[in-house]
Amino acid sequence: MFQVRFHGRGGQGVVTAAELLSVAAFLDGRHAQAFPSFGSERTGAPVVAFCRISDSTIRTRAPIDAPDAVVVGDVTLINRVDLLAGLSPEAYLLINSSRGIAEVNMDEVPRRALTMPASELARTHLGRPLPSAALLGGLAALTGEVSLDAVESAVRQRFSGTVAEGNAAAAGAGYELVATLVREVGFGAVTG
Amino acid sequence: MLSQVEGSRAVADAVAACRPGVVCAYPITPQTHIVEAIGAKVKSGQLPDCEFINVESEFAAMSVAIGASATGVRAYTATASQGLLFMIEAVYNAAGLGLPIVMTLANRAIGAPINIWNDHSDAMAVRDAGWIQLFASTNQEAADLHVQAFRLAEELSLPVMVCMDGFVLTHAVEEIDVPTQAEVDAFLPPYKPRQVLDPAEPVSIGAMVGPEAFEEVRYLLHARALQALDLVPEIGREFAAAFGRTGAGLVQPYRTDDAEIIVVAMGSVLGTIAEVVDELRLQGMSVGSLGITTFRPFPAAAVRDALQGARSAVVVEKALSIGFGGVLATDVAMALTAHPVPVTTVVAGLGGRPITEASLERMLVEAEAGTLAPLTFLDLDRSLVDAELARMSANRRSGPVAENVLRRLMRTN
Repeated sequence: MFQVRFHGRGGQGVVTAAELLSVAAFLDGRHAQAFPSFGSERTGAPVVAFCRISDSTIRTRAPIDAPDAVVVGDVTLINRVDLLAGLSPEAYLLINSSRGIAEVNMDEVPRRALTMPASELARTHLGRPLPSAALLGGLAALTGEVSLDAVESAVRQRFSGTVAEGNAAAAGAGYELVATLVREVGFGAVTG
Repeated sequence: MLSQVEGSRAVADAVAACRPGVVCAYPITPQTHIVEAIGAKVKSGQLPDCEFINVESEFAAMSVAIGASATGVRAYTATASQGLLFMIEAVYNAAGLGLPIVMTLANRAIGAPINIWNDHSDAMAVRDAGWIQLFASTNQEAADLHVQAFRLAEELSLPVMVCMDGFVLTHAVEEIDVPTQAEVDAFLPPYKPRQVLDPAEPVSIGAMVGPEAFEEVRYLLHARALQALDLVPEIGREFAAAFGRTGAGLVQPYRTDDAEIIVVAMGSVLGTIAEVVDELRLQGMSVGSLGITTFRPFPAAAVRDALQGARSAVVVEKALSIGFGGVLATDVAMALTAHPVPVTTVVAGLGGRPITEASLERMLVEAEAGTLAPLTFLDLDRSLVDAELARMSANRRSGPVAENVLRRLMRTN
């Protein structure tokens, strides 16, 4: 079982990102379960969503307390929300930022942490700074848990027209970018 | 067709495939996505011959469903929590009149304190209303139970409530084999009412009944509800044959055959419990679980059969009968009067408190050691409770409890 926790702010598509990841895993022929942290969400307030991916049926309904990867959609959450809660030393951390991991001023940086400019990729390909698709492409490259093809298909199922194509392109760009970074940093799934 | 969808969406699709004639609803979290999706289908013409009625309250929602059902139309609504309480007079009437309405209850806590999260307090508040209450443990079951609920309701002429855990199921996206229109059409015949308001053959429905016959009319309602104990498994078998997956049943035993300790529960927590059962079995503990799908009527014989060989039954429930303890546990204990098996009540998950595998494991280790209190509150923060009790005994004007507790919690975190 691979477990992902998404952090962001209300309105940035955090819940959608978790759902899209589950759809991508499903399209890859795996089992997946996505769910939001339940609360009275408000635009701009911190939001958390979860996704489990497994090769067998997922039965548990407990929240994810020890994620294998954490995706942070909004850099302003750093040091304000406990982004590293339950994170093992082997877990991945992927942060949406155009600065390097050393420059995001985290009190504590886990070993397998990366930043990627997901909002900028979204602005380029989608015309709006909604980082989810780019982050999912990056997560696919970083963890190898879902294929880029499946992420793109999930995006195209969810959206239509130029929004679908823009998000699919952002996912592809995110994948390429992180695949390159992964070769430099020496951790992550896509090394070839 | 198997797809990765939100639970609410799958339920909306399943309900729409049942071709309801009237859907009347008032939005309340966490059921809103269901009626929203059905409303969109009506508006776009995907659900022909269905009227979606935007009512002004939950009381109106159930009242309109009663009116629609009495005129021979298949009627559906959905609600949760305070919304259910607001319609409760009409909820009793729907059952008392014997009208086969199907309603989704997206289970949620009841205030005060205000809380929008999941537990079973709402379903327990209408336990005695005369509705058949089915509890889904997965979204697949939730979708499938709705299709079977219409069959059950219309064969018995009784309303059926499909209970699914709010948020935990309604907002979860997972793989669901959503019943298709062709499958449902082959399984669910058009509604043939037992009683109908028809100008061509006038009748009145809803007579006043005095002491001379009230008990008899209520007994007949009870007797009809009990027929569901045969009918639910029968419809479940037909469903399994038609759809190729498990249909509705009374109970769901899991590894109970040789189990010394059996955990009894309802709803989505059964998945987490199954994981814990497997883990504790690996560690050598003799444990199993019993899911209750049909809660009303209560399947006492099936519960007794499943539990009578056990050393103890641990009922994990997302509800609290204030001033007593368990609700489901009381029913389980009554089912076991002839075969005494000690019943422990574990109140868990109130107001959306997560029920974790670690907490369940710790609790069951205590149950095996015989040290689990007969009424246990899972993960209760005793220091928080004690601090407020101390404050109350020290000050006459100790102030509002919820605010005091929250303030202390913020200070300690």
